[in-house]
Amino acid sequence: MATTEPASDPAARGTRTRRDRGGVLPWLAAPALVFFVGFAVIPLVGVFALSFTTWDGIGAIVPSGLTSWQAVLTDPGLPHALWVTFLVMVASWAVQTPSSILLGTFLAGYQRHRAVLSVVYFVPLLLSSAAIAIAYKALLDPNFGLGAGLGIGLLSQDWLGRPALAFGLVVFVVSWQFIPFHALIYQGGVRQIPRSLYEAAQLDGAGRVRQFFTITLPQLRYTIITSSTLMVVGSLTFFDLIFVLTEGGPADATRVLALDMYKRGFQANLMGPASVIAVILVLVGLVLALLLRRLGGRDASQSQLEGV
Amino acid sequence: MANQLSRRTVLGLAAGVPLSLALGSCGTSGPGASSGATYWFLNGQPQEGIRTGAVDRFNKADPSEKISPTTFQNDAYKTKIKTAIGAGQAPTIIWGWGGGTLRTYVKAGQVEDLTSWFDQNAKVKGRLFPTAFSAATVDGKIYALPCETVQPIIMYYNKRVFDSVGARPPQTWGEVMDLVPKLNAKGIAPFSLGGQSRWTNMMWLEFLFDRIGGPEVFQAVFDGQKDAWSNPAAIEALTKVQDLVRADGFIKGFSSITADSNADQALLYTGKAAMMLHGSWSYGIQQSQGGDFVSSGSLGFMNFPAVDGGKGDPSDTVGNPAQYLSISSKATDEQKKIAKDFFAKGVLDDEEIKQWIGTGGVPVVKGTQDLLAKDRNAEFLKFTYDIASNAKVFAQSWDQALSPTAAETLLDNISKLFQLSITPQQFATNLNAVIGQ
Repeated sequence: MATTEPASDPAARGTRTRRDRGGVLPWLAAPALVFFVGFAVIPLVGVFALSFTTWDGIGAIVPSGLTSWQAVLTDPGLPHALWVTFLVMVASWAVQTPSSILLGTFLAGYQRHRAVLSVVYFVPLLLSSAAIAIAYKALLDPNFGLGAGLGIGLLSQDWLGRPALAFGLVVFVVSWQFIPFHALIYQGGVRQIPRSLYEAAQLDGAGRVRQFFTITLPQLRYTIITSSTLMVVGSLTFFDLIFVLTEGGPADATRVLALDMYKRGFQANLMGPASVIAVILVLVGLVLALLLRRLGGRDASQSQLEGV
Repeated sequence: MANQLSRRTVLGLAAGVPLSLALGSCGTSGPGASSGATYWFLNGQPQEGIRTGAVDRFNKADPSEKISPTTFQNDAYKTKIKTAIGAGQAPTIIWGWGGGTLRTYVKAGQVEDLTSWFDQNAKVKGRLFPTAFSAATVDGKIYALPCETVQPIIMYYNKRVFDSVGARPPQTWGEVMDLVPKLNAKGIAPFSLGGQSRWTNMMWLEFLFDRIGGPEVFQAVFDGQKDAWSNPAAIEALTKVQDLVRADGFIKGFSSITADSNADQALLYTGKAAMMLHGSWSYGIQQSQGGDFVSSGSLGFMNFPAVDGGKGDPSDTVGNPAQYLSISSKATDEQKKIAKDFFAKGVLDDEEIKQWIGTGGVPVVKGTQDLLAKDRNAEFLKFTYDIASNAKVFAQSWDQALSPTAAETLLDNISKLFQLSITPQQFATNLNAVIGQ
């Protein structure tokens, strides 16, 4: 097939690629670069500058040195928010990763019904976080929700009113929303594993479970790192869902860093301290992403097929 | 009124609001950008229609002066107006709630001082409830025109429930505490409460502080006196609230109920709860959502009970004395003139007054008793009017009276107080730390 098309002549392709790299390619990146600078770099610098002020969002912006940093770093609310953020991160990773791997592996099969199922499983990701939060809130209402409606006492708990329950619920709903996405990543990862490995294992008499643990899981190593990076860094930005579901309550039990930032900035008019939190969030996210990259080794971003 | 509720409504969309609004406001609706004045206010019927109607009539009466209105969703508006004012893109006429937020605008020099204008237009000032002006006044100067309706907080009760239990609504705090076990024994929650919204819990403190210690207790906080929250009357009020929580005075799961879903209202009209402390706008919600609850005369209402031995006057009330209109100091002279003419001729004209009454609201205008008496909701309207005009003290809701910074700390600690996760003393300590901010 390929040999009949002149364009796919290896030599011709090679020269064009070299020329593109030198001339046109960098310019193709320009629009993206403009947006990146405009919407990421400049605001980031702005936020950093704002963190050295005590602006109330309305009046004049007056530099105040380290006042805001001092206020935030000595605030007992900060360690708490960091701790809650960390807990949400770890708990939602621990819930999502095994479930998405299993689901992704299952969906990687080519049987027809699985295609239908993977569409069904994908639905939660299509809903907006706000809609999900409102729906769960209605379902879990202790007086008018599912539990009360069906007369099931176990279900009609004060779900959002007790710190431990509310925290567990946030992790559950976050996982419910994002497992489909990570299952999709794993589905792709599993499909990339050469079939020959499984055929060889089968000849050696390995069962399905054995195949999963000795072939699928090790081969998914880089997919796990990619997916975990997305989960961990993404968990730092959990905001909308928690905001609608619990508003950080009850009594700060689910007050994650991003919510803390919003509440300080836009509800309490403390733009300086809110910017400090924003800077801290950026730093934490950066460190985490770098750590995970380290964990994956230098070749994490290379093709998984190499060396097979 | 639903609108009043939805201003506290929480939408996840708010997350995207700051950026999109900041972008959206680039190059539009800036001061002096076009002739004519701009006016931003909240959407949502029936209030939006009444506001728009007043603008339309004003525009029609004199085509040389034009106001172009823009409407916003409640919570989006709160962020948008702050962002716009901070960016120097404020509308000519700023709709708001007065109090602490207005004070921050004044401190930043963003709103026009209207004191001398009110002196020249004594008639405009004279027809409004005098109590409504305190939330429009900063350091002795008036910065806003009270408008729309007066919204005191009222104790509602379900007459059917009280009939079935064979009890009568409590007149004192002692009777409240006696009723709690009686109602719980029958499987009825004594009080409905949308506790997740926090300001709902705050209404209880506002009344208990006033009934126990009189208006001076919170006034001291407002005036920035050191350790004002540690007043013995304040501690007693905070303790009484926790006693009520411990006695199961509030509906099970109250801290996961939000007021914006109106679930707290539903608890009252479905008879799951016997009583509810809520704003006067709740009447309209009960009427539109409660089936025949209001029309059959099952909704009872009264002022907050007295506390035995308390210093406060049981006729005092709290709530929103009015809504408020300010003029941006960044507007052009022409725009300011149009806005002032609108204040004098357009705001609360006869038609607007009639329409507010139709929604079950009492306009902040004096002498509407005859109109109120003719309405189908005459009993409730008269009750609200009497509370508003007879109250010796009509205190503004704390979260509106305080600066946004102090209000946020207050609301956070109130939710912890109702969760029983802090003691009254810790509450006082936490709040003493932000007095005067």
